[in-house]
Amino acid sequence: MKSCRPHSPWTPWLFLAPFLALFSAFIAWPLLRSLILAFEQTFGPRTVTYVGLLNFRFMLHDPMFWVAVRNTALFAFGTLVIQVPAALALALLLNRPALRGRALFRLVFFSPTIVGTVFVGVIFSVLLERRTGLVNTLLHGLIRSWNPDFAWVDGFVMPSLILASLWLSVGFNMAYLLAALQNVPSDQLDAASIDGANAWQRFWHVTFPAIQPVLNILVLLTLVGSFQLFDLPFILYADSFGNGPNNAALSIVTYLYQTGFRSGDLGYASAIGWVLTLVLVAAALLHRRLSRHEEAGS
Amino acid sequence: MSPLSRLPKFTGRILVTAVLLAAAGLTLLPFLWMICASVKTPQDYYTSQFLPGGDGLLGVAWERLTLGNFARLFREQPVARAVINSVMLSSLCSVLCTLCCAAGGYALSKFTFRGQRTVTVVILATVVLPPVLLLGPAFETLYHLGLLDTYAGFILPTLAPAFGLYLFRQAMLNSVPSEIIESARIDGCGETRIFFQIVLPLVRPMLGAFLIISFIGTWNNFIAPQVILQDPERHPLSVAIFHLRGLYGADYGMIMAATLISIAPVMALFLFLQREFIAGLTSGAVKG
Repeated sequence: MKSCRPHSPWTPWLFLAPFLALFSAFIAWPLLRSLILAFEQTFGPRTVTYVGLLNFRFMLHDPMFWVAVRNTALFAFGTLVIQVPAALALALLLNRPALRGRALFRLVFFSPTIVGTVFVGVIFSVLLERRTGLVNTLLHGLIRSWNPDFAWVDGFVMPSLILASLWLSVGFNMAYLLAALQNVPSDQLDAASIDGANAWQRFWHVTFPAIQPVLNILVLLTLVGSFQLFDLPFILYADSFGNGPNNAALSIVTYLYQTGFRSGDLGYASAIGWVLTLVLVAAALLHRRLSRHEEAGS
Repeated sequence: MSPLSRLPKFTGRILVTAVLLAAAGLTLLPFLWMICASVKTPQDYYTSQFLPGGDGLLGVAWERLTLGNFARLFREQPVARAVINSVMLSSLCSVLCTLCCAAGGYALSKFTFRGQRTVTVVILATVVLPPVLLLGPAFETLYHLGLLDTYAGFILPTLAPAFGLYLFRQAMLNSVPSEIIESARIDGCGETRIFFQIVLPLVRPMLGAFLIISFIGTWNNFIAPQVILQDPERHPLSVAIFHLRGLYGADYGMIMAATLISIAPVMALFLFLQREFIAGLTSGAVKG
């Protein structure tokens, strides 16, 4: 008979070792480093000076930084008010019980999510070209007075970015919401119908409260994601290193990239990174408070 | 049920289907247009919208379509190399990352040991950090380790994502009963064997989902390889195509052919495994 052999105290540490080693070297240590770097000024990896709070004070008066903040906030707001309602509308349409081909529709809407942002940037930079781009030629075909020479990317910076991002990620939000909708208890909907509630009342009083937690998470994810905008403007405005005409496409992360890897000041870049992080963490905490409050209230 | 069900049933159904078809058409349009552009000659690119008109089937001049764009890409551009790089980097990263996260998640979910809580809290706290915060200092670390512009320099930092550890920890808490592990131990089964032959098969759905999610994530990663890998020989497709667009911006056919090559493999993978993929990505929605 075999004896009961308990695991040695080292066993869990051995399983954890690869993750922990890599985590310490490439996440925990750089994280600490970036905290220190935020108070330093660097020129390439070799020249470093301690500058105290100078990076943060400089940021306050750095017009380019504020342009980047404004653009990013604009993009996040535009994305939020267009993408989440569009995703909800698609999910509601797909959730109708009599619909045929639901799986196929879901697949189609979800498919752009698989395409990397770089590739989406390349596709849209060609789609939105003057004269030869599909968008201009289609509009010219539909509306004769449309000028096929219209430079979307230059004339409509934010709409171009928001449109490309909508195509890229509306399907992800839709899939998330559809999964939530399919978990709405059908007996409650039936009971509401029997009590004479119309479709709008059923949506507002049964469906909406049931999917609200997921909707809340999506709002947060969309905000956090759009505040990290980088690939799209970097490709669409590659000529100006992501700045765009009159810096209208410059995002916070693009500016961080430029200061860190073009000007070589990893110190200022880290300071920008920490300000972005604090804003995102604050948004997440605020979001948590608000959704707890809602849960307690209902 | 949606507010639209107020409408008479039949009209409502047609209306819904029409809206969905229109939306699906708009979604597929860029793909369709990209495929058409990639098989057209430059002349046809400028004169036709989708496919060049002619006397062939459906009024399309099929005989004028060409694979020349693809031929030029492989003959004159380092695209073959970039395909190999992308396949290699994505496969290595996804397999190693899955193993690291699964083993770590196992340790944190199925053992009790001193320091467990601290380790869990510290790792999970980093989930909220934007990855770009680490880019500068990680670049510096790689420089000091002599790993800049090496494959290892790109692979190693991607292998320990906090959300991966979290996903596996949850999956193992939910679907690996501790009694099975205990009885295997009593039967004298070694710890490594328990992990590979008992624990991993029990979380197979999560393994599958995480493998594809991290494969596609690595494939589409742009900012990290753009910063870490400088030698064009080591560029994955995402970086290669960015440079191609910059150098040959007006050669639309070739650019679209290159984009098609970059998208097609992950699309195929996704079509094969879409159930696992969508289920994995949206698993949070089910738990609320």
